[in-house]
Amino acid sequence: MNNSHASGSVVLTHAIGLHARPSVKLTKLAKKFRSAIEIGLGPEGPWIDAKSIVKVMAAKVPQGSHLHFRAAGNDAGDAVSALIGLVESDFGEAKADVANG
Amino acid sequence: MSQTVEQRGRSASPGLAAGPLVLLDRTGCGRTPTGDPRRERQDLETSIGAAIRAIQALSAKLDDEAAAVLEFQVAMLEDEALTTPAFESIAAGADAVTAWSGALMAQIRDYEAAEDDYFRARAADLKDLRDRVGRHLAGEGDLVVPEGGVLTGEDVTPSRFLSVDWSRGGGVALFAGSPSSHVAMLARSRGVPMVVGLGQVDLTGHDSAIIDGDSGRVVLSPRVDDWTAFAAARALREAEAARDAEAAQKPARTVDGVAVSVMINIAGPQDVDGLDPAMCDGIGLVRTEFLFHNCGGLPDEETQTRAYRRIVEWAAGRPVVLRTLDAGGDKPVEGLTIPGESNPFLGSRGIRLSLARPEIFRIQLRALARAAAHGNAKIMLPMVTIPEEIDAAAKLLDQVVAELTAAGVACVRPPLGIMVEVPAVAIEPALFARAAFFSIGSNDLTQYVTASARDIAAVAALNDPGNPAVLSLIKRMVAAGRDLGRDVSLCGDMGGDPAYLPALIGAGLRSVSVAPPLVGRAKRAIALVSAGVS
Repeated sequence: MNNSHASGSVVLTHAIGLHARPSVKLTKLAKKFRSAIEIGLGPEGPWIDAKSIVKVMAAKVPQGSHLHFRAAGNDAGDAVSALIGLVESDFGEAKADVANG
Repeated sequence: MSQTVEQRGRSASPGLAAGPLVLLDRTGCGRTPTGDPRRERQDLETSIGAAIRAIQALSAKLDDEAAAVLEFQVAMLEDEALTTPAFESIAAGADAVTAWSGALMAQIRDYEAAEDDYFRARAADLKDLRDRVGRHLAGEGDLVVPEGGVLTGEDVTPSRFLSVDWSRGGGVALFAGSPSSHVAMLARSRGVPMVVGLGQVDLTGHDSAIIDGDSGRVVLSPRVDDWTAFAAARALREAEAARDAEAAQKPARTVDGVAVSVMINIAGPQDVDGLDPAMCDGIGLVRTEFLFHNCGGLPDEETQTRAYRRIVEWAAGRPVVLRTLDAGGDKPVEGLTIPGESNPFLGSRGIRLSLARPEIFRIQLRALARAAAHGNAKIMLPMVTIPEEIDAAAKLLDQVVAELTAAGVACVRPPLGIMVEVPAVAIEPALFARAAFFSIGSNDLTQYVTASARDIAAVAALNDPGNPAVLSLIKRMVAAGRDLGRDVSLCGDMGGDPAYLPALIGAGLRSVSVAPPLVGRAKRAIALVSAGVS
């Protein structure tokens, strides 16, 4: 594994926040990558393991939060962009809510 | 053998059941520690694995929404962040049960302290996981109710109730609980006898019970005489059930030949699985709350459309009355209802809540209009108190229909009717003429007219649908419907009760909607009544 690093941030728009179903989707996606991936609620952290549903849920992230991702590993760049894409797509659900906004 | 004990509770779902007692709420207290940290760790690992497999097996039988909840539970159990602290305590000398509950309690307390309602409610998922793994540790596995077994304990959650295969009989007897709880509703729609409110019962030494869901009587460690009486009563009921099943297949007519429409009340698409639509004249009430009770958040438009469409298509052209979300009161919905209201039954529930949250209401209306393109759907508003609420809902409905049409999405604007449960409507029905139809919700109407809740034991006797004031309002409503040219139906429990059907038909009512297992009984009761029309 080389020492590639990547990071990025996105605003969480999901209605309730990072609740059970989005958290399951996020951690499942994170586990597909070999890199170590962390989520931070601020640019300086504190950082939590993006592959742990227990830790992601325990952060109780509310709607409107800025989610910061950072990853280290040979697929770090792909990991961060995939996770940001998931949050931006509102976790592939609730499209109707947005359309009706 | 233990002394026979008789206990009276309240009927929550009719029917007879008898068999071995199955105790609820065992949480692994029965396990004896081995004293060997390696075996304690192994046992915990095995139990977590077994719990995961049990949840996965359960989720395969459920719809997507319910399965998503269980997927979350599995993800939690698979996460080392949950299990590592427990393994560490074992390494430090704790037994598996203590270590596991300790690790979970830390999580549960953390969720219970959350400010956000949604996250606070997740404590229940963690408790479920704690108990599930605890049961495996105690070698009890998941609840298995043997044929005719009686599930007994303080209370039971809907998920535990649904995890039991009730097709082989069995019943429920609860120390607490309420006939208006969701579990009671599920029990009635599945024909599982249930008695609630038994009070604290010492079950020590008892291993079998007979329960009578009609009278609320429970007999622990029955005598030979009790078993004989039970067998006779059951034979009688089976004969009755056979006659009910036969009657259910034919249209209902009074003894003097007046047709009465008998429809069914359901709480979700699964309630009509295996039912023949020919048994009823339509669905008089679809409680859409079923879609809103999963922890995966509020249901999106596609999920709702799919569910409504399945129900409408099952009815094959018969009318289907879909009630918009009746959250609030005793039916909280995470992220929607207002927690801590001082009197939720007089607070933000039904249409009041929907109009206060138009962004959520619009999604439901869109889904309903889309499903209406596939059958004979009608929309019904719960808890209407003033005519302006109908106007506001009609305006939103017209808007979403226009939007869908403009976007080229197939939809139909369904007729918009109302529930008659707030006395203000039943007293001045003519003011509500803009409703396309009326359906009397006799349970809530009785509660509001008699100012007594049926789940408060001390006043439950006052909560009597036969109270002359309730019957007088029903009569008034039926007469107003005739004058206004609007259909009037009744979808409360009294509509399926042979004791009240003569009075209802006497009041001029010609349409009732009842739980599916009660259709035959209601039709037979109607056949004995004379409508007395000239």
